[in-house]
Amino acid sequence: MRQRHTHAQRRSSVARRDLPFRVAIRGRRQHNQGVKIAVCVKQIPDPANPGRLDADGKTLARDEKLILDESDSYGVEMALQLAEAAGGEVVLVSMSPTGEVGGIRTALAMGADAAVIISDDALAGSDALGTAKVLAAALRRTQPDLILTATESTDGYTGTVPAQIAELLSLPSVTFAKSVEVGSDGLLVRRQAEYGYDEVACPLPAVVSVTAGVVEPRYPSFRGIMAAKSKPTEMLTLAGLGLEPSEVGWTGARQRIIDVSPVPERGGGEICEDDGTGHERIVALLEELKVL
Amino acid sequence: MSVDAELADELVAAVSTWVDRDVISQSRALEQADEFPQSMFEQMCDFGLFGATIPPEYGGLGLDAITYARVVEELSRGWMSLAGILNSHKLAVAMITRFGTPEQRSRFLPRMLDGSFRASFSLSEPDAGSDTRNIRCRAELDGGEWVINGTKMWVTNGMRSSLVMLLARTPDDRITCFAVEKAPGERSGGLTISRKIEKLGYKGLETVEMSYADHRVPHANLLGGDKGMGEGLRYALSALELGRVNIAARAVGVAQAALDAALAYSQERETFGKPIFAHQAVQFMLAEMATKLHAARLMTYDAARRYDAGERIDLEAGMAKLFASEAAYEIATDAMRIHGGYGYTTEHSVERYYRDTPLMIIGEGTNEIQKLVIARRLLERMRERG
Ligand SMILES: Cc1cc2nc3c(=O)[nH]c(=O)nc-3n(C[C@H](O)[C@H](O)[C@H](O)COP(=O)(O)OP(=O)(O)OC[C@H]3O[C@@H](n4cnc5c(N)ncnc54)[C@H](O)[C@@H]3O)c2cc1C
Repeated sequence: MRQRHTHAQRRSSVARRDLPFRVAIRGRRQHNQGVKIAVCVKQIPDPANPGRLDADGKTLARDEKLILDESDSYGVEMALQLAEAAGGEVVLVSMSPTGEVGGIRTALAMGADAAVIISDDALAGSDALGTAKVLAAALRRTQPDLILTATESTDGYTGTVPAQIAELLSLPSVTFAKSVEVGSDGLLVRRQAEYGYDEVACPLPAVVSVTAGVVEPRYPSFRGIMAAKSKPTEMLTLAGLGLEPSEVGWTGARQRIIDVSPVPERGGGEICEDDGTGHERIVALLEELKVL
Repeated sequence: MSVDAELADELVAAVSTWVDRDVISQSRALEQADEFPQSMFEQMCDFGLFGATIPPEYGGLGLDAITYARVVEELSRGWMSLAGILNSHKLAVAMITRFGTPEQRSRFLPRMLDGSFRASFSLSEPDAGSDTRNIRCRAELDGGEWVINGTKMWVTNGMRSSLVMLLARTPDDRITCFAVEKAPGERSGGLTISRKIEKLGYKGLETVEMSYADHRVPHANLLGGDKGMGEGLRYALSALELGRVNIAARAVGVAQAALDAALAYSQERETFGKPIFAHQAVQFMLAEMATKLHAARLMTYDAARRYDAGERIDLEAGMAKLFASEAAYEIATDAMRIHGGYGYTTEHSVERYYRDTPLMIIGEGTNEIQKLVIARRLLERMRERG
C-alpha cells in the first residue's frame, strides 16, 4: 500500500508546493508505520443547553463544560474505520483556548490514539483564519498522511477552516466527502454534490472535510472510556508552535463581530385545508420557493 | 474495583446517550412485537457490558456495584428488558467469581466477556419459587458425571444462553449448583426448552421452562468443586443479594422514564383552558412521584455503595428492592393517570411501564419474602446489640 501511495503521488495532477512536508511523510512511510490520520476536532458548548453570550455580547460563552462537536464525530469515525482497515493511527488536533479536554476525551474513548491540544490565553477571539493557522502549525509537527475535518463547526459555521488549513500547508483540499478510500491511486473521495456526487482522486497528504451523517459514529466502549484518560495528550502553547500571539486571537483576527442578534421567532406558517386541490397548492408553494 | 467519580459519570453518560438516541425510539415497536432486540444487544456487547463486572485478571473491567447499578438504571429507563438480558449473566459471573474454583474461574470468566457466551440462572421450579427448599430437580453421580432430571421454571435468557447456573438436589438431599454448558437453542443433550412463557411485560427476551432428561454434566462443573456440594442455595442467595440492588436499580430506571413522560405530557395536554400541569391535583401527583423516586434511588445507591465497601447488605438490599419496586409500580400507575385515556393506549410508553413494573415486585424474591428477610435481620441486629 505504501508503495502504491508514492506511485500515485508521482502521477498526481494536483500541484503541491510544500516539498519538505511530503518528503518527511514518505520517509516515515518507509518505516512501515501504517497510515497516520489527523482529525481536527472542536469542543463546543452543549447545543442541548440554551446558548449564552459572553459579557461583551459578541461571542458564545464557553466557560461551561464543552463537548465534542457532533459534526466532528463523523470525521473521527471515518478516520477510525480507515485506520482499522489499513492499519495506522488516528491523532486528534484541537485548539482549546480554555484548556478544556472533555470533548477530546470522548473522541479518544471512541478509539483515537493520541491528541494534540493547543491551549493558550492568547487564542481567545481567534477568527477562522487564526484557527486555521494554529491547526496548520500543529499539523505540520504531527505530519499526518491524511487530515480530516468536519465541513463546519456547529457553533461557528464559517465552513472555511478546512480549505484554509489546506492552503496554509499547500495541500490538496477536498470538501464535503461522503466516503474516503485510501487506495492504489492515493485517495479516492466521493464528494457530495447537489446532483449526486463527484469522484475525486488526489494524492496524499490531503485535507478532506467530511459531511455530517455519512458514517455512523460509534459509541465509546467502556474499555475505551477507561483507556482514554491515559492516552498520550500533548498540550502545546503558541510559543511551542512558534506562532506569535499577534497572529491569532482578538489581535490577529481580520474579522470583527459588529453585532449579534437573536434568530427571529418562527412564524406560524400557513395552514391549508385540503378540499381536493391540495396538491395544486403544494406545487404552487414549491414553485414559489423555486425548488421545482 | 472502585471507579473514580468522573470516570463513572462518563461510563453512565455513554449508556445514557445511547438510550436517548437509539433505545427509546425503537423499543416500543420491538416490545409490541415481542422481538429480541438484536441490534441493541450488539451495542451492549460493544460497550463491554457483559464483561463489565468480571475481574480484570480475567479480562473484565471489574466495575463496582454502584456504577453497574447506575448503568442498569439507564438501560431500564430505555427498556427494562435490556437490563434483563444482562442480569442473569451478571448473577452467574458473581457466583463463579465468588464461589468457583480457580480452574472454573479461568475456564468460564474469559469466555463470558463479550456476550457470545451468555449465562442464565435457574433456581425456580413449577412448585418452588419462594419456597426454594422444595426444589425437586435431581442430580445423581454416574461414572464421574452428574445426571440431571427434572423441570425448571422461569429461566430468563434460557434459550439463547450457553451456560445455565442450575440449582439441583444432590443425593445428600441438599441443593448444589452446577454450571451447565449447553448450545443456545431449543435442545442440547438431554436439556430441552419445553415451553416459552408468555408474559404481561418484560418482553423481547425469553423466559422459558426447561426440562432435563438424563442430561449429563461433568463433575468439573459442580460450582466450587467438592467443597461446593450442598452449598448451592447459599451461593445463589448470596448472588441474589446483589441481584436485588440491580432489581431496585431497574425499578428506579423505569420510574424515571414514567416520571419524565408524565412531566412532559402534563405540559402538552390542555384541559379547561390550561395545561394540566397547572391543575394542582396533577402537580401534587408529580411531586409525590418525584419524591418517591428520589428516595428509591438513594436507597438503591446506598445499598450498592455498602456492597462496594464490603459490608453485609441483606437488610439494605432487601429494603431498596422492596421500596423501589413498590414506588416504581405506583409511579407508573400515576403516570398513566396523568396521561388519561391516552395512557391506556399502546401509542404511549406508559402502558409498558405499567406492565413492566410488577415484575420487580415479584422477581428475585417477592416483596413479601423481602419483608421476611428485613424483619429477620432486624431481630438479629437487635440481639447482636444485646
Ligand atoms: C418474568 C419472570 C422471570 C423470572 N426469571 C427467573 C429466572 O431467570 N430464574 C429463576 O430462578 N427464577 C425466575 N423467576 C422466578 C421468580 O423468582 C419467582 O416467580 C418468585 O421467586 C416467586 O415465586 P413463585 O412464582 O413460585 O411464587 P410463590 O412462591 O408461589 O408465591 C405466591 C405468593 O405467596 C407469597 N408467599 C410465598 N411464601 C410466602 C411466605 N413464606 N410468607 C409470605 N408470603 C409468601 C408470595 O410473596 C406471593 O405473593 C422469574 C419470574 C418471572 C415472573
